[in-house]
Amino acid sequence: MIELDIKKKLLGAQGDFTLEVKFRIEQGEFVTLFGESGAGKTTLLRCLAGLAEPDEGSIHINDETWFDSVKQSRLPVQQRRVGYMFQDYALFPNMSVRGNLEFALRKGANRQRITELIEIMALGELQHRKPNTLSGGQQQRVALARALAAEPQLLLLDEPFSALDQETRVRLQNEVLQLQRHFGITTVMVSHDVSEVYRLSNRVLVIEQGRILSAGSPAEVFGAGQAGGKFSFAGEILAIEAADVVFAVTLLVGNQIVHVIATAAEAQHLKPGDRVTLLSKAFNPVLVAC
Amino acid sequence: MSYDWQPLLLTFKLAAITTLILCLIGIPFAWWLAQTRVRCKPVLETLVSMPLVLPPSVLGFYLLLAFSPTHWFGHFMDQEVGLKLAFSFEGLVLASVIFSFPFLVHPVQSGFQNLAPSLSEAAYTLGKSRWQTFLHVLLPNIKPSLVSGVVLAFAHTIGEFGVVLMIGGNMPGQTRVASIAIYDEVEALNYDAANFYALVLFAVCFTILLTVYLLNKKFLTRLGGT
Repeated sequence: MIELDIKKKLLGAQGDFTLEVKFRIEQGEFVTLFGESGAGKTTLLRCLAGLAEPDEGSIHINDETWFDSVKQSRLPVQQRRVGYMFQDYALFPNMSVRGNLEFALRKGANRQRITELIEIMALGELQHRKPNTLSGGQQQRVALARALAAEPQLLLLDEPFSALDQETRVRLQNEVLQLQRHFGITTVMVSHDVSEVYRLSNRVLVIEQGRILSAGSPAEVFGAGQAGGKFSFAGEILAIEAADVVFAVTLLVGNQIVHVIATAAEAQHLKPGDRVTLLSKAFNPVLVAC
Repeated sequence: MSYDWQPLLLTFKLAAITTLILCLIGIPFAWWLAQTRVRCKPVLETLVSMPLVLPPSVLGFYLLLAFSPTHWFGHFMDQEVGLKLAFSFEGLVLASVIFSFPFLVHPVQSGFQNLAPSLSEAAYTLGKSRWQTFLHVLLPNIKPSLVSGVVLAFAHTIGEFGVVLMIGGNMPGQTRVASIAIYDEVEALNYDAANFYALVLFAVCFTILLTVYLLNKKFLTRLGGT
């Protein structure tokens, strides 16, 4: 269980603001910090890891004190036993895949864990390769395996899927979920991707300008409860063409290209490159298993 | 005809000792400089870079004054440490360390600065101390910068003339290094001997630099994975 209550002044793009958050995370939960870039999510994650220091407040995990500004106590990052996955993965270029994992082992730890992780993450073929010879998805898997190799009591993921293509992303999200359940490890992830948050987390904290705006299950927070029979997709306009009295709009939704009709009044405010939300009422959608 | 190898051997001995001392002080210093946020950092960087732009004779002049037994520093080194620095090999080593400092520190510092900060942070989260991180993560990943720094410092010490002349003089076996010997032989119209020293220096420096470029190319290719 983690209890956090901290304040920290941040320099933002639109002026300074204060990160001021308070929350509690139960053992084994998967919590997402969701919000725009520059909202303070990564800083919050770094404060948890011990890579950044809050100005005031406290962080407790189980019966350990990680940070307490009143008692002037601060546990160094090395002793916190967190698995931190960096956005750029931060794999050590001079070590092989296996070397990266072995470096992560604590003193006296069982080397068997490395073999186990290599097996679970299907890294057997790659274990003697250097990180720079791997694809993004492979590097991501190595980074995750390395974070887990140190037997962390808390797993911190900083936008772990942002550099991956859609297909790899979905596959790896499933892997992360399975691993998280397999090891039962408390996890905090930073993300600004709604589908990712939905798929992975049981709780989401929406952070804006350093404050928690709302919190709850993804369904509660993103309002799926009230959505009823409506679909909504985020898409990008690729082209708009006049066709008689209406306009044909070509959209990219996910990685599918769809055509929809827009009225002249709607089309007036749209141009290629705009990001839009596509809403549709679905009276009898066809569901096909894939 | 036989040549006197002593100045050449002395040159390489000086360069080797200087480079060794530089590695011990310069690499940790470059690391510190790469990540420090102290206010006086620009001043420190300027001081480190001064030997690049200062005429060697200026530095040599001040070092000569400082090394003199009448100066408190020279007096202290003589009385307390037992080192006579003016016109001695030890003095040459100290002067060369100061003079070649930027040649080692600059490449190594930029090597450290070009590493993603997440690399050392990742090592910290894995429970590694700063020292372990430095040794196992940072140093191996700046190999090309390290090699460049070490070689530049070595080669620059070989080529040093002005400072050596100012504080070392021209004592055979003590301070008469090859660059001084060349000057000396030319003055005595011994072009043949001068040519011998010059040619050896040329060949050695060329070989060292060529090796570095070949090594770096190999290292970069290996990291690039092609």
